Amino acid sequence: MIAILQYNAGNTRSVRNALHRLEVEPVITADPEQLRSADKVIFPGVGEASTAMTYLREKGLDKVICDLQQPFLGICLGMQLLCSHSEEGDTTTLGLFEAKVKRFRIEEKVPHMGWNNLIMKDHPLFAGLPDQPDVYFVHSYFAELAPETIATATYGHEFSAALHRNNFYGVQFHPEKSAQVGAQILQNFLDL
Amino acid sequence: MLKKRIIPCLDIKDGRTVKGVNFVELRDAGDPVALAKAYEEQGADELVFLDITATVEARQTLVELVERISAELSIPFTVGGGIRSAQDVEALLRAGADKISINSAAVKEPELINTLSRAFGNQCIVMAIDTNWIDNEWRVVVHGGRTPTDKRTMDWCREVEDRGAGEILLTSMQHDGTKQGFAVELTRQVADRVTIPVIASGGAGAAEHFVPIFTEGQADAALAASIFHFGEIPIPALKAYLQTQNIPVR
Repeated sequence: MIAILQYNAGNTRSVRNALHRLEVEPVITADPEQLRSADKVIFPGVGEASTAMTYLREKGLDKVICDLQQPFLGICLGMQLLCSHSEEGDTTTLGLFEAKVKRFRIEEKVPHMGWNNLIMKDHPLFAGLPDQPDVYFVHSYFAELAPETIATATYGHEFSAALHRNNFYGVQFHPEKSAQVGAQILQNFLDL
Repeated sequence: MLKKRIIPCLDIKDGRTVKGVNFVELRDAGDPVALAKAYEEQGADELVFLDITATVEARQTLVELVERISAELSIPFTVGGGIRSAQDVEALLRAGADKISINSAAVKEPELINTLSRAFGNQCIVMAIDTNWIDNEWRVVVHGGRTPTDKRTMDWCREVEDRGAGEILLTSMQHDGTKQGFAVELTRQVADRVTIPVIASGGAGAAEHFVPIFTEGQADAALAASIFHFGEIPIPALKAYLQTQNIPVR
């Protein structure tokens, strides 16, 4: 069973639709038992970091997430919340990655919105992808480069486009909105 | 490197695409979902669906259509046309739209932009601005360009950004439908004044028109309808051409 973590800020529908296209019927849930028993958990995110953290703590989901053993994928804000700290609302986040999340302070327009290319390490999440594939980003905050960085992109400067440590994976871009490349990444996650 | 976006626009009426769309190898070009899927396969970076029906019954048809589009499409899409309230926006975002675009309602009641931005985040609020050259200045026009307003386009662009719009979809009514090229100078002036992305619209008639709008015009994205619908400029050919002109595209 694939679980999508439901919370107040995320638009879960497009991730669910993307899984449907891969012929997977996910369960959308915030129930700790269901999350623990899932084969994989996806945590999509649109919204604001401190608000999302408050929600997770109130529901006890912060501890539930940190104790999960199965492959866990955070998308966009979902990835940022796995990092150690976010400048958005000056929030301590889950700390599963060392990376810190900062606001873009660059000459380019913010948010970073649109298709940008990945520079990837050799990693199972990126199996079968073309060289430097373009994926779709929408974000104003970014994760710094860190030991767990497995892909980077450049907007003003380099930042972490994907992270991996133990059973936790995170992508800053939206695989559910990144056409064929995104579908391949989601399939790779399902195949882990 | 961030790529310049190519965005086909589909006009929707009663859940169907309007105008005699003549899309190569598509059995039912009147079906927005089939057309959208074909554009995705061609390499469109995003899509805009503009609902030109205004009745209450048609709104429900639109929401159902957005659900179907969202199920099929794996690129981002914007839905606009007749959006007047936070309830309209919520229904469309829930149905799976990535962004919504507002126009006349926000000209009439600018506070709507603040309300929507606060409720849903500025990344999903696209401000559509129609403009025309009137009395020696660019002025905002509404109702499909028929009604001029007293707003100066440059002031309005700044204002919508301050109020929380995440993107500007800028259409020059002087250029729209002419196929003589985009409003390059206008777009440049707007891009210089705001820090949010600008989508240029109106006037695309040839692949060559897409070069100056991205270079001199500084547009982040370019939108067109008929040239794509009638296969005059296939998207793969357009992108291949732009690459030869050193415009970064996907």
